[in-house]
Amino acid sequence: MTNPLFIVSREDWSLHRKGYQDQTRHQQKVREAIKQNLPDLVSDESIIMSDGKQIVKVPIKSLDEYRFRYNYNKAKHVGQGDGESQVGDVLGVDPQPAPGAGKGEGAGDQPGEDYYETEISMEELQTMLFEELELPRLQQKQKEKMQTSDIVFNDIRKKGIMSNIDKKRTIIENLRRNAFSGHPGIHGITPEDLRFKTWEEVQKPHSNAVILAMMDTSGSMGSFEKYIARSFFFWMTRFLRTKYEHVDIVFIAHHTEAKEVTEEEFFTRGESGGTICSSAYQKALDIIETRYNPLNYNVYPFHFSDGDNLTSDNERCVKLIDRLLESSNMFGYGEVNQYNRSSTLMSAYRSIHNPKFQYCIIREKGEVYKALRTFFVKTEAN
Amino acid sequence: MYPHEIKELEKAIAEITEIATGFGLDFYPMRYEICPSDIIYTFGAYGMPTRFSHWSFGKTFNKMKTQYDFGLSKIYELVINSDPCYAFLLDGNSLIQNKLIVAHVLAHCDFFKNNARFSRTNRNMVESMSATAERIRQYEIQYGTEQVETFLDAVLAIQEHVDPSMFKPYRYAERKKRPDDGTDTNRNGKPLTGYEDLWDLDVHGGANDDEEVKRFPPKPEKDLLWFIEEYSPHLEEWQRDILTMLRDEMLYFWPQMETKIMNEGWASYWHIRIMRELDLTTEETIEFSKLNSGVVQPSRHSLNPYYLGLKIFEDIEKRWDEPTQEEKDRHGRVSGDGRKKIFEVREFDSDTSFVRSYLTKKLVEDLDLYVFEKKGAEWKITDKTWESIRDQLVYSRVNGGFPYIVVENGDYDGNGELYLKHHYEGIELDLKYVEKTLPFVQKLWRKTVYLQSVVEDKPVLFSFDGKKHNRKFL
Repeated sequence: MTNPLFIVSREDWSLHRKGYQDQTRHQQKVREAIKQNLPDLVSDESIIMSDGKQIVKVPIKSLDEYRFRYNYNKAKHVGQGDGESQVGDVLGVDPQPAPGAGKGEGAGDQPGEDYYETEISMEELQTMLFEELELPRLQQKQKEKMQTSDIVFNDIRKKGIMSNIDKKRTIIENLRRNAFSGHPGIHGITPEDLRFKTWEEVQKPHSNAVILAMMDTSGSMGSFEKYIARSFFFWMTRFLRTKYEHVDIVFIAHHTEAKEVTEEEFFTRGESGGTICSSAYQKALDIIETRYNPLNYNVYPFHFSDGDNLTSDNERCVKLIDRLLESSNMFGYGEVNQYNRSSTLMSAYRSIHNPKFQYCIIREKGEVYKALRTFFVKTEAN
Repeated sequence: MYPHEIKELEKAIAEITEIATGFGLDFYPMRYEICPSDIIYTFGAYGMPTRFSHWSFGKTFNKMKTQYDFGLSKIYELVINSDPCYAFLLDGNSLIQNKLIVAHVLAHCDFFKNNARFSRTNRNMVESMSATAERIRQYEIQYGTEQVETFLDAVLAIQEHVDPSMFKPYRYAERKKRPDDGTDTNRNGKPLTGYEDLWDLDVHGGANDDEEVKRFPPKPEKDLLWFIEEYSPHLEEWQRDILTMLRDEMLYFWPQMETKIMNEGWASYWHIRIMRELDLTTEETIEFSKLNSGVVQPSRHSLNPYYLGLKIFEDIEKRWDEPTQEEKDRHGRVSGDGRKKIFEVREFDSDTSFVRSYLTKKLVEDLDLYVFEKKGAEWKITDKTWESIRDQLVYSRVNGGFPYIVVENGDYDGNGELYLKHHYEGIELDLKYVEKTLPFVQKLWRKTVYLQSVVEDKPVLFSFDGKKHNRKFL
């Protein structure tokens, strides 16, 4: 071959989008994987405890490309040193899984191994989760017809008052003008560079909701039961906030008598003694009467218990629930029942047939999601 | 790249090509394409510009592209084993980078053209893969994207299990009919009478029985893709077609996996020598040296194939240029045969034989190689004997680094079940991956699949019946 052929060419590749298309498909599959993991994510501690964080790390089942392969950890490998390596040198240490972190069970023989973390914004996670949920029996409240006015800064203009100057855009204009005239840099800001933020008044319908979170804090409610209730209320509050402008939560703890408590007390304090659920319902009725007029508020009483009520109190409970239902959008009863006992309270509640009354039994962490879906079920459009 | 830069590059390529030819490198006509980074990375992820679409390539693409965007890694070139040979250069490479790359890819192409492992590869693979991609696209339209994707997932999970023998692999001469699948339609579409089991007794019963109970396959079959394509009773024609096409692609890529160290070593060896012949300015020489040391730098924990291959080739050349008295007497070597010898090695060897025959004690010491493994939570150097290092390196290249798995029985239990066996050679399988992969095999075979392997020195049998996994010690 005396003169091998060669060609140099440079084509227009801008229409070659295959890599991006398949990348999108992969991301889509990652999202699907997150979705499938929603039941686990809903009760994931790191999310529930991540107050205010906008980005959360969620464990998802990785989209591994499975194949028959060797166990890397059990094989020998050849490496290369800088000339002074010796037998016994430690090249690296595998990070020990943090004790107690991750999930305890269900992830194969080495827990947590097939999970990798991906970052997702709380908002995106919520959107995914709430896609499945709907507020049943939304009622028009008087106040919804009321309007509140709000100010939104959403425009930029060349004229305005100095207190509303948009410094960043002013500088950008200056940079642009200077670069255009051949003297790049920030200098000589003139009135024509100035940019101002401008607002608009918008009218928003005003809507309110209140959650009456009731929980049994008698001796039989352990940390697991409380954690379940906490996860549930966490998501419920967030969900209602997407629907209403303003959501109040009132925490009512009860054993044989009911008390309004702070959030912290609600989830941390434990009491001993028996259980009389009707005390909480009575308290809830009182609060609605004094503070949350159902004409103005969407009222959501939710009660979490282990179902271990004083038997003689059950009848009274059913009556009070009837009264509560009159002033509420819905009443939810969640029973945390790890061992699937038959509970006295539940047997009484099975006889309530008001569609506003919903109950759900939660046996394990993963079922918090199920509970959310039971209470906020998507109803057929009528 | 501006037109005048392209002119300049063409001039340089002409010169480099002449030098390479002068050195005796023998390559196909070359097609150099200058591409933007996302295109180069697409090709890198797919292994071929025209390959079919699948999310796993998108995943790789995303990873590679992100690393590039963050400046963590950079692909300067990609070269395709084809005739004419395509080389893709990253738009934005400097002239000196491109000179090095051109020298490098010419040697790659010489290797593709002359190494024996590549002798049976399809040199029109660019077009073949393009046709495959188009066919798969049609199947997607016809049978649904999801359906095709799930099937591709399953095939890709076992794609490495082909038989890449250079010689015509042993094949079951007579095409046996597919084992009875037990469903109530037969493949010929003849109506069934409902008494098949009785007629069958008549046909197979009696004296011939022993003859009939033959092993199936008669010898353990390494080519899992071929076996499933040929004998899986339930696949649709389009599915068999995909199996065949993906198998062809794997057979095409296989020699590249088998010759990674050699191929990169060979290319590095030659780009250094070709660059030495060029008339470089001081600045260019410095830039070249920086680049070159970046390419062949040793890396901790994993071996840099460029560096290892380069060092072995240089060592071979030296040892054949200046043989010792003993080598002269015993092997009849003559001085000055170094070049001739390395050309011979590039023609006949693959990584396993290359390392086994030419990695010497002195090289192992010079390169400071070692064996390391995991002890508790720590990764420790456990061995520095040169023979262990050489052997370990050879093991790691056997069968492309994949576990060697064969079909033992395609009619296990007389029930058409698939029995696979892993030829255990001291390294356990990743058990979690076994559990995740078996369902894919089951999806292709539709009946229970078994995999025999060894765990903690005891033979173990994994199985998956479509619903649940089972693992028992034998």
